[in-house]
Amino acid sequence: MTKEEWPLYEVFIRSKSGLSHRHAGSVHAADDEMALDNARDTYTRRNEGVSIWVVRSERIIASDPAESAAFFEPAKDKIYRHPTFYEIPDEVENL
Amino acid sequence: MSDRATLAAYATRLGDNALILGQRMIELVASGPELEEELANANFALDYIGQARMFYTYAGECEGQGRDEDDLAFLRPEHEYRNLLLVEQPNGHFGDAIVRQFLFDAFYVHQLEALTRCADEGISTIAARAIKEVRYHLRHSRLWLLRLGDGTEESHARVQESLDRLWRFTGEMFVPDELDDEMRAGFNGPHLEIIEAEWRKDVGDAVAQATLRLPGDQWMASGGKQGRHTEHFGYLLAEMQHLQRAHPGASW
Repeated sequence: MTKEEWPLYEVFIRSKSGLSHRHAGSVHAADDEMALDNARDTYTRRNEGVSIWVVRSERIIASDPAESAAFFEPAKDKIYRHPTFYEIPDEVENL
Repeated sequence: MSDRATLAAYATRLGDNALILGQRMIELVASGPELEEELANANFALDYIGQARMFYTYAGECEGQGRDEDDLAFLRPEHEYRNLLLVEQPNGHFGDAIVRQFLFDAFYVHQLEALTRCADEGISTIAARAIKEVRYHLRHSRLWLLRLGDGTEESHARVQESLDRLWRFTGEMFVPDELDDEMRAGFNGPHLEIIEAEWRKDVGDAVAQATLRLPGDQWMASGGKQGRHTEHFGYLLAEMQHLQRAHPGASW
């Protein structure tokens, strides 16, 4: 008998309120509820999180590594897109 | 019984349920059906043992004879353990372990809920901590009951059989003895009749949703609260106590 693997889910954890969710890893689970439980039991045992997202790995649309030149390189030499050419007035405190 | 003796006995009983269930779950370590389930089981087992530690430590303080958590956990004879017969039942297959867990947690969560309102601060504080863990355990075992009951033909048949076989150990949870009465009268302890009604509703709902059949009224085993255990208990205790008996006070 061959064992059928449960589908894979990607796990995202928000470590505290105000921060965004970050990818923590993945778990196998038979259904969505179980994925949430498994993520909780696997990745938040040491008080790592206040919120968990899980999503079926196959539902993630990822960029193609073969196209990374077209995707990312054009941004490399556009230093003017970084807001470093502005004099910040002294009166602006929270920037 | 004096008030302190009542509290000591009651906290010990709570510790016994938690410790013995935790010990049973520890027997399952390294045999989980999936890595994630393995982790969950081990986490839960440690949750129960942590609760047992708190209850025993408090029981030792109330008793005032210098016994600590280890003395209470490891150095008592069989008849001094007052855990429910349900929690000492062998693990069997995965469905058996899930049903045992579910039937107990569905009771324990209401017992702890009531104990958070108990007039003794020592017990209510521990209950308030433990209930958060147990609510999660209940969610976990309940979801598994639904999956197995409403799963394949085989999982349905096997988990129905688990339910039918373990049902006879649920009766004693709701039959108050002298200690339950003293806790209720002296410390606003749990009202077992109310808990039984809540338990029946929760269990009935989950069993129906899992497309399982609720076992009918039947003869109920009892005796755990009085220290009369099933034949499985001695073996569990022998393994659990062996180290402390062979090497008293061993530590690492």
